[in-house]
Amino acid sequence: MSWRALLLCLMMAFSSPALALSPDEILSDPALESRARDLSAGLRCLVCQNQSIDDSDAELARDLRLLVRERLVAGDSNEEAEQYIVDRYGEYVLLNPRLGPHTLVLWIAAPLLLLVGLVALVLARRRTARPQAAGLTPEEQAVLDQLRDDTERR
Amino acid sequence: MSIELGHFSLILAFAISLVSAFGGLLLWRRGERLALVLGQAAVLQFVLVGVAFLALVQAFVVSDFSLALAANHSHSLKPLIYKISGVWGNHEGSMLLWILILVLFGALVAAFGRRLPSDLASLVLGTQSLLVAAFAGFTLLTSNPFERLAVPPLEGADLNPILQDIGLAIHPPLLYAGYVGFSICFSFAVAALISGRIDQAWARWVRPWTMLSWVFLTLGIAMGSYWAYYELGWGGWWFWDPVENASFMPWLAGTALLHSALVMEKRNALKIWTIFLAIITFSLSLLGTFLVRSGILTSVHTFASDPTRGLVILSILAILIGGAFLLFAMRAPMLRQGGLFAPISREGALILNNLFLATAVGAVLVGTLYPLVLDALTGTTISVGAPFFDFTFGALMAPLLLVLPFGPLLAWKRADLVAAGQRLMGMAALAVFLTVLISALGGVSISLAPLGLLLGFWVSLGSVAELIERAKLGRIPLGESLRRLAGLPRSIWSTAIGHLGLGLTVLGIVSVSAWETEIVTTLNPGETTELAGYSIAFDSFEQIPGPNYLADTGIFTVTAPGGGMARLDAERRIYVASGTPTTEAAIQTYGLSQLYLQLGEPLDDTHVIRVWHKPYILLIWIGCLVMSGAGILSLTDRRLRLGAPQRARKAAPEAAS
Repeated sequence: MSWRALLLCLMMAFSSPALALSPDEILSDPALESRARDLSAGLRCLVCQNQSIDDSDAELARDLRLLVRERLVAGDSNEEAEQYIVDRYGEYVLLNPRLGPHTLVLWIAAPLLLLVGLVALVLARRRTARPQAAGLTPEEQAVLDQLRDDTERR
Repeated sequence: MSIELGHFSLILAFAISLVSAFGGLLLWRRGERLALVLGQAAVLQFVLVGVAFLALVQAFVVSDFSLALAANHSHSLKPLIYKISGVWGNHEGSMLLWILILVLFGALVAAFGRRLPSDLASLVLGTQSLLVAAFAGFTLLTSNPFERLAVPPLEGADLNPILQDIGLAIHPPLLYAGYVGFSICFSFAVAALISGRIDQAWARWVRPWTMLSWVFLTLGIAMGSYWAYYELGWGGWWFWDPVENASFMPWLAGTALLHSALVMEKRNALKIWTIFLAIITFSLSLLGTFLVRSGILTSVHTFASDPTRGLVILSILAILIGGAFLLFAMRAPMLRQGGLFAPISREGALILNNLFLATAVGAVLVGTLYPLVLDALTGTTISVGAPFFDFTFGALMAPLLLVLPFGPLLAWKRADLVAAGQRLMGMAALAVFLTVLISALGGVSISLAPLGLLLGFWVSLGSVAELIERAKLGRIPLGESLRRLAGLPRSIWSTAIGHLGLGLTVLGIVSVSAWETEIVTTLNPGETTELAGYSIAFDSFEQIPGPNYLADTGIFTVTAPGGGMARLDAERRIYVASGTPTTEAAIQTYGLSQLYLQLGEPLDDTHVIRVWHKPYILLIWIGCLVMSGAGILSLTDRRLRLGAPQRARKAAPEAAS
């Protein structure tokens, strides 16, 4: 690590972090603001660990929050604003991956597993149901007769 | 000196575990005496690893910075409790804790498993020793916690400040006791596969161990969730972080195992599946370990570590899991399923439980690994975050919760669904009434909130339905009812309480998701703001030094709607050694709800204040505590005692015929 990079790290460590959503970012229109919050919750803070930009303290998250609000104020729909961000930062920014050829397996995994489980259950059931028809073994029949005799005697 | 003693102890434990592993797995037919020797070896392994662990603790406590680990992760000014918990706040030390739990469970089997048949005991202890050997070997060769520094620094580098919390003292040990505890189920499964003893008695032996680990894991996850909630400073309590998922998957699989082992124990059915689950559960624990330590994930939990370690863990993983599944594939076709039953029966209900839980495990696993695999295969990076998991997991849990109250009311073999439905009618009506009432009062902010509420009430109320039914509450004199309640078997109590706990957790989750309110504003000392009927006055702003940090402290007075006043101190800290800032939120509890207050950074000479009102959030963790309590209650049931009494053998033929 060069001393320059080291210095940068130190500066970052000592500068106090800008925290999550600040009052100066909040839009005056509550409807727009609420849409901005919904959008923010689904956008990933790219430099953080699995945090949405709504929760994150990072500078980049703040930039994205402001960008989202800028787009909404400019008259974008939620989808347009989201697309605007995705165009610039890639699909990685979406916490909820879009359905597409590359995420097909991801999205159908759960229903598919459930289906496979159900089919396996039905097959297993058919397999175990058959021997039942075979009836009792001679020993079992003997035990049963014995039990019946015992009850009748009583 | 004591550090070398610890190092030597660990090496000795490794050697003994190696001998035990081969002895147990190769000579298991040798009978009582071998089992006895292996039992003693298991206790010895525990003592030796215990000594190694204590040596490490001692070095941290006296701040011996000639120990590289202490120099890198401790600080002489740190309070004692954090010096101790710092031992496992890093990769090497937490590996040692991992091994400690592994040998602890081995020693527990040796101590409480006296009544196990000698061949099974030898195999279980042999397999467990193999696990110990693998991980002790890994630790000694790639992550030695006892490494010394030739030139010790005067002061340590300090522990990550976020970890300097009571949470680190409690969360990892509980979590490890849980998911490393499942190693015993794995060892039992391997033992069963090798010996061919796969029967009801086996299920009876393995269930208490599953329950014990499950209780620890439940508590560990709940504790971790609460810790994240109060420490990370924005009031989230579950993030679907890959590493959280890594601990959640063994929990889901372990829950499925508890239920399927019940079927195996009572009805001699689901044998193949139960063995499979026992292997899978611990495999998921191992996978979690791999994910955390290999460096392939980024998360709050991961340890900075080099890729060679990941490779070694992956090899251990492949050998252990691959070996177990090879055994499984060889044995499974030879197993005959016993205990026939109709689809509508207790067995059927438990299978449905397993179907949904297993699918949930699969869904979480796919969601966790998918981005990694996609990136490796195509170079496309995507994120799979909370919205995906909320949707997928929620969709799988809803039907499970819907059918859950029916399960305990159904008879084994063949049951009457209509009759069970009739017995639940009253509770269903009550659940609907409460849902409508609360939705009307609280307003519906999320469209799914009423459904969630309904499921929460349905599960909570439906779980106690059986107790009320059995006590004939309201139909016979109250005293008589109470006597009947007291006389109920503990298994019925623990089932009802466990499911009630789940219902409470669901209610807490729904409530806080749907009705949480927040305010973000700027405030100066002397000013007041308001949220959800609470008035929050900013009294003063002070700079207060802590033992190893400086704190900007905001002092607030909160007046509840009822008039009660409370003082809240919210802090922003700078840790001296590393210069790392943290925020310490102030949390005030009102009944089951909480007010969560965070002091933000200064903004144009004022202070940014964030306040959340979290209605009934405590239900989330209370539900987990209730679930764990139910597990402990079940462990005190003499029919389920660790090591299984002889009654098991007398009872087995009856049930089987």
